[in-house]
Amino acid sequence: MNANRSPWLLMAPGLLWLVALMVVPCLLIFSLTIFERGTYGGIDWHIITAENFRRAFDPLYAVILWDSARIAGLATLIALLIGYPAAYAIAKASPRWQTVLLFLAILPFWTNYLIRTYAWIVLLNPAGLINGLLQWLGLTAGPIPLLYNEFAVVLGLVYNYTPFVILAIYSALQRLDPSYAEASRDLGASAATTFWRITLPLTAAGVAAGAVFVFVLSIGNFLTPDLLGGGKVQMVGNLIYDQFLTARDWPFGATLSSLLIGLMMIILFAQALATRRAYGEGR
Amino acid sequence: MTRWLKLHLGAVFAFLYIPIAVLMVLSFNKAGLPTAWGGFSTEWYGKLLANPKIQSAAWNSLTVAVISTLLATALGTLLALGTERAKPSSLREALLFAPMIIPDIVLAIALLSFFTLIKFTLGLHSIIMAHVVFNIAFVCAVVRARLKSFDWSLVEVSRDLGASAQQTFWRVTLPLILPAVIAGALLAFTLSVDEFIIAYFTAGAGQSSTTLPMQIYAMIRFGVTPEINAMATLIMGFSFLIVLVAQRFNRGIPGS
Amino acid sequence: MNTKKILMAAFGLVLMTGSALADKVVISNWDGYMPKDIADKFKAATGLDLEVAVHATNEEIMGKVTASGGQGFDVLFVSSPFAEALHKLDLLAPIDPAKIPNLKNLYPEAAQLKHDPGNTFSVPYAWGTTGLCYRSDLVKGEPSSWNDLLNPADDLKGKTTMLATDRWLMAPAFLAAGVSVNTVDQAALDKARDQLVATKKTLLAYDDTTFYSKLVSGEASLVEAWDGWCNYGIAEKPEIKYVIPKEGSDLWVDTMVITKAAQNPDGAAKFIDFLLSAENGKWVVENIMYKTPNKAGMDSVDPAMLTQYPNMAIAPADLLKYEQLRDLGDGAKAFAKTVSEIMAAK
Repeated sequence: MNANRSPWLLMAPGLLWLVALMVVPCLLIFSLTIFERGTYGGIDWHIITAENFRRAFDPLYAVILWDSARIAGLATLIALLIGYPAAYAIAKASPRWQTVLLFLAILPFWTNYLIRTYAWIVLLNPAGLINGLLQWLGLTAGPIPLLYNEFAVVLGLVYNYTPFVILAIYSALQRLDPSYAEASRDLGASAATTFWRITLPLTAAGVAAGAVFVFVLSIGNFLTPDLLGGGKVQMVGNLIYDQFLTARDWPFGATLSSLLIGLMMIILFAQALATRRAYGEGR
Repeated sequence: MTRWLKLHLGAVFAFLYIPIAVLMVLSFNKAGLPTAWGGFSTEWYGKLLANPKIQSAAWNSLTVAVISTLLATALGTLLALGTERAKPSSLREALLFAPMIIPDIVLAIALLSFFTLIKFTLGLHSIIMAHVVFNIAFVCAVVRARLKSFDWSLVEVSRDLGASAQQTFWRVTLPLILPAVIAGALLAFTLSVDEFIIAYFTAGAGQSSTTLPMQIYAMIRFGVTPEINAMATLIMGFSFLIVLVAQRFNRGIPGS
Repeated sequence: MNTKKILMAAFGLVLMTGSALADKVVISNWDGYMPKDIADKFKAATGLDLEVAVHATNEEIMGKVTASGGQGFDVLFVSSPFAEALHKLDLLAPIDPAKIPNLKNLYPEAAQLKHDPGNTFSVPYAWGTTGLCYRSDLVKGEPSSWNDLLNPADDLKGKTTMLATDRWLMAPAFLAAGVSVNTVDQAALDKARDQLVATKKTLLAYDDTTFYSKLVSGEASLVEAWDGWCNYGIAEKPEIKYVIPKEGSDLWVDTMVITKAAQNPDGAAKFIDFLLSAENGKWVVENIMYKTPNKAGMDSVDPAMLTQYPNMAIAPADLLKYEQLRDLGDGAKAFAKTVSEIMAAK
């Protein structure tokens, strides 16, 4: 067997699958952007136009995109703030406990996303458990709006993606050579200084990986705003869904999708660049 | 410091588990409504298991997950083996990373548009084809992580001793990477069982290609159904088993 | 070798899942919009198997059908503007009255619907009005105007919902302003947008499917509702009432259509005919608690039902006074943008 050719033979079926069912459909989406919506929906193949892009850059859609990024950013930040100390605590535990704790941390991630989201509908609704508890304790006079707003959406995203952040940061912490921190402590640095100057920078790649994943999964999310936002919180995923199904304007939906793909590529490129630079400086 | 960390971890676990625990408790609530306790009952489990739509949806989900996992595991493992031996290529890396980060809704509508354009009949098979796309990427990533510490000299030794490429694969390479392959397969299986929006867009007509998440979505959209609580409890138990199995295999990876 | 076998087995399974039966009728309807045992009854009456798929919204089934060209479905239940669009997209088969003799059971008004006079491509299944559904024990006084929903009293803020489907989302603002529910005039759209953006701040949620259960649980006190769905609430809680605001309503019509790609067009016609018989018409009405255009069915319904659910007694002639929602054609883009503006507002 030819040693140079064999890797390509191994890769060919998988790569072909990805090209046929991901690259080609995405290219199709890019190409749909230059057509018009037909009068009764679908695509009018006869008209080639730049109109969709002109519309997509209307401030209205920029606002929706910005809101999605803001909500996703907030969810990412909170997930990191919750997830880092939790991962740190797990990494500090005895090896036997580490396995158990990590197992417990990721177990919810393996249950159904819809059911996890539904649990919050049960908890947060005006006649739900949390409001009932608050009123029973006499903390609030009547039900307070917990569900069907941005708060509920951010909470839902944080809830669903925190296990992921814990996992990513835990594996970064695990790869960390403990001798660095020991050396720092031996040299007289406080625990806090050691954490801020040694541990955190050295796990930055893990943090970034977790953050990018949560951000990317959140910004394009459809289910969480749909179910926990009560239709009142519009994110770009819902906008795309609405263009395809409600407005039946496939070309415009395709344009918004293409812009979202573009945004993802920029984020990932930036992350790759930052990671490379961080490693470059570290060595 | 350590005490605060422990306290924080405890709080995080409470945050992660209380919502699920609430559903589990409510699944045994005779009253059905989450607001009042009407006594212990397993009637919702009975209703859930007797519901033919849920049965067929669960069966469809299982079919989709098993077939897409088998396909993705085969293709993803080969892809990982090839990638680790081929010249590095950032285009290929991007191609392998893209399915993991492309928003589900974008992949969903891209596939729907594509299938529509080529007049491809939709059904369970189109969901399977779509699920293989992202599952390849995840299986490949898991197997590649294992291959990073793989001792390729073992393969060379096997070849030097006269074993064919196929014999070497089945006798040497595969047994060594098997734990990672199984871990990747389990991840793929779970992702596929859980996936909603891509299935929703690429499904064909009728109950015959309705998956469990699609059924759950419809149930949630139509209000608080106590059957969902029972289903949550069952799925949680099922996932617990899968993760337990996955952990066993992961522990089997030498040096991890 | 083994890999090959596994792959072949997998592909075999894939192919098997795509097979279809010929003596089967596949329909898609909203969940709970037909008696539960319909498949058994239909099988007993005609010997044909009935596969019932469900869709949550018109949009969902439209997306599916425009993507597949209607393949896989024989009969669809969609609201009239969507039936109109499907017809214009050339995805529907004409209705053949010879194959559906029970069309004679319909009210004469049912053949005068603006979207399809003479029922050439759609057969009305249920019809009614859109109005206010409310808890008479939680709302002070009697709501009488769309403005009671659009600009709610302080004690109702956070306790109201509006329909999420774009056309019915906009309709109250149009009706309150006294313009057509089908307008795409930019000034009217802008005015409606301003009103609905202000209204959004007072809403509990947009809700198409569970508003009546929100009324029952007390999460909401006043909601925009289709009259038939309000009846689901009335059934569970007699304090729930329905009113058509003084500014009027739209006339919504949910229709049955046969797809052009239907694999079993004769079975599809049989199914529609089956539902239109006097006996089944009554059975449908009593199960779904909606007014239907099936005169024979409505006439045989227990009068007590009409007393319990007063909106079921609205006469067809009165229904026809309201304007139907129509497909907006090229105006859809401006309309969709306005809806996006409302959705994006905080």
